[in-house]
Amino acid sequence: MQNALKDFEKFDPQHLPLFEPLAQGHRACQGCGEVLALRLAAKALGREMIVVSATGCMEIISSAYPQTAWRVPWLHVAFENSAAVAGGVDAALHIMKEKGKIARDDIPILVVAGDGGTADIGLQALSGALERGHNFIYLCLDNEAYMNTGIQRSSSTPYGAMTTTSPPGKLSIGENHFKKDLPAIAVAHKIPYVATVSPAFYLDLMNKVRKASLIKGPAYIHAFSPCPTGWRHAGRYAVKMARLAVQTRVFPLYEVIDGKYILNRKTPKPKPVAEYLKLQKRFAHLTDGDIEIIQEHVNKEYERILKLSEEVDLETKFTSTFQQHIDRLKQQMDEAYQKMREEIVHH
Amino acid sequence: MSTRMPIEVSIAVSKAVQQADVDVIAAYPITPQTHIVENLSGLVANGELEAAFINVESEHSAISTVIGAAAAGASTFTATSSQGLALMHEILFIASSLRLPIVMVVANRALSGPISIWNDHSDIMAERDIGWIQVFCETGQEAYDAIFHAFRVVRDPTVQLPMIVNVDGFNLTHVIEPVFLFEPEEIKDYLPEHRQALRLDIEHPITMGPVGVPEVYTEAKKQVEEALLNSKQVVMAAWQEFGQRFGRSYAPVEAYRADDAEVLLVTMGVISRTAMTAVDRFREAGKAVGLVRFRLWRPFPRAEFQEAVRHARILAVIDRHISLGALSGPVCLEVRAALFNLPDHPQVFGFVLGLGGRDVTVDDFCDIVERAERYATAGPEGDYTLIGLREV
Amino acid sequence: MPEKVEKRAIVGWRNLVPGCAILEPGNSTQLLTGTWRLQRPVIDAELCNLCGLCWVYCPDMAMTKTAEGRYEPDLNYCKGCAICAEECPKNAITMVEEEE
Repeated sequence: MQNALKDFEKFDPQHLPLFEPLAQGHRACQGCGEVLALRLAAKALGREMIVVSATGCMEIISSAYPQTAWRVPWLHVAFENSAAVAGGVDAALHIMKEKGKIARDDIPILVVAGDGGTADIGLQALSGALERGHNFIYLCLDNEAYMNTGIQRSSSTPYGAMTTTSPPGKLSIGENHFKKDLPAIAVAHKIPYVATVSPAFYLDLMNKVRKASLIKGPAYIHAFSPCPTGWRHAGRYAVKMARLAVQTRVFPLYEVIDGKYILNRKTPKPKPVAEYLKLQKRFAHLTDGDIEIIQEHVNKEYERILKLSEEVDLETKFTSTFQQHIDRLKQQMDEAYQKMREEIVHH
Repeated sequence: MSTRMPIEVSIAVSKAVQQADVDVIAAYPITPQTHIVENLSGLVANGELEAAFINVESEHSAISTVIGAAAAGASTFTATSSQGLALMHEILFIASSLRLPIVMVVANRALSGPISIWNDHSDIMAERDIGWIQVFCETGQEAYDAIFHAFRVVRDPTVQLPMIVNVDGFNLTHVIEPVFLFEPEEIKDYLPEHRQALRLDIEHPITMGPVGVPEVYTEAKKQVEEALLNSKQVVMAAWQEFGQRFGRSYAPVEAYRADDAEVLLVTMGVISRTAMTAVDRFREAGKAVGLVRFRLWRPFPRAEFQEAVRHARILAVIDRHISLGALSGPVCLEVRAALFNLPDHPQVFGFVLGLGGRDVTVDDFCDIVERAERYATAGPEGDYTLIGLREV
Repeated sequence: MPEKVEKRAIVGWRNLVPGCAILEPGNSTQLLTGTWRLQRPVIDAELCNLCGLCWVYCPDMAMTKTAEGRYEPDLNYCKGCAICAEECPKNAITMVEEEE
């Protein structure tokens, strides 16, 4: 069990940290939901962290030579290997501390990668690093396509979305696969902490990042990242999209701690997905029939998470049920024995 | 006092790494590099080497992990061959452009296809442009010594570049040779402490690997080029110091019975030894044949090479890689380029042999010398000659 | 018009930091992204309840807190995305067209 979380203290909304690891002057688009998610996650960690970044929007907009928007140590190597690079940083810190070469090895490593650099080209490196149990926080900023290279589909592009490589047309409704379930893949590696976050729910996001920094071993955080440029909506609605996605169940907020699911925000009366889809031109071509398919899928996925979160630990369930049976049998045996005794005595 | 013992060369190499105060090793197994990394992981498991041994899930992650560790300031090592080296390809350029002091052993093996586990130089010849210092070895002793040279060179603050030590796969990695092994105290002073100015440190937060806008890309490459060219003097100084301390000297280009040679064989790696036997045979027969071989391949030791071949009439350059569609193998191309502008230089003929582990014999070298002499008067038969090729 | 940022990348190879490493943390503040704006936020002090959500939700860290504890857009960096206006629970922020 994660004893590390016993001493977890939530962020106080009245006293949020002021330090900005990410500086002004970065080149993200107006209204970029992804850089907002990154800003909040970085803020939750503060000055003492090392960032390892994959190639992608966040790398490009923050490190155009000779300028850097980073006020913390930051390393970019390539597109598909951020998890492997981070594993190396982690291993180096530990062994150098062990050998007395450096004073501290307790500095959180934040791995920043997009859905492209995680779900597709980066999946191998991520899987390897998770399996090896390196100590880092992997933040997948999911804007649902390869946005930096011009809005091409990724395996995280949702069903029906228009991208430049999954355009709707006479023979196509746009992306015709459902999103690859990255949090589930992370959970399958049996790592101690997996969570989904949305920048609209900033306290939830920051708290989860803090939790991730407290646990030992890999943490995987999947951040919903609205992209006005790629999703074709006005920049001002980026946070609104991030909120609607949760309210319509398109993006449920949950944690998986040592394999146990916790649905952080139940939506007993969800808004219809149409309300979310209709605000983004990338879905403008969808018919009511298409939207129904999406609604069904969203419901199914939410129910799945809900069910997982309500599942009692089987061992505990078995033990308690078994114990109840044992207790009842024992009681029956005691009563029968008592009866026998009385009969013998009276004879 | 160092002890001389019969030892598999891979094991000797791993023993050298053990004594180099390496911090992080990340590697993926590939024949014929396996014995090196297996032995290293055994040393770590037994507490005989205080390092992190990371079993990565591919070579691409091996080099990536090692880069991450090096960026954090650790002394790092990895090893690979053939397809593994090819899989690392895109990242190798980044290791040098990030100016990271990494040491890698390449157990040279042919590149697919067809798939081959046997020895030639196609793997390393595909990596000429990566900006790493590159050396070749011929014997187990050289391979063992080269590890110490490498760690010393990459730790030099004026170098800050990664380095590859090439050890021919199977033909050198898997043979048992007599090697003088150092006691830890003997070699300790030869190796400087690993210190790095630029690294990931919360006290001095820097950005490593930014976007190289057009305004800076050229200068960035020039900087690596200059560092690579300057590394030659550091390598030579490291060899000189090694020679003074331990009596074994090394040079960028080494000659064997070449002083008065009319025909010179030009080789790299383990087949140089076989070539030496051929040279002896020719000398016994009264022919002025010699051998010149490259130890330092990158940066290309132009001055040393020009000097070594100055007086010869004919050069027979051996390549162990077929550069498909090119005018000859890469070594021959670079030899020609090194000599082109000289007012007077030997005739150069290119030969390719020993591809995919095909055995290289003394007779092959005799054949090469005879052909080279014939070509010198009758003209070459094509851009280069593929030795040992069966036509039908 | 601010100096083209790329000019500062014009450095000779002898003076280039090894690996193109950037040694000055957060020097992106040299780039005044405020010039990208087509509209800017204006906060009605009467309606503002100092909740700070405009500061939380700004992707450009372009909402600053004054000494008095009020919020003010940093016009050097504000890109005019209007997230603050959209998210303000008191509708205290309106977007005004930039004249230039």
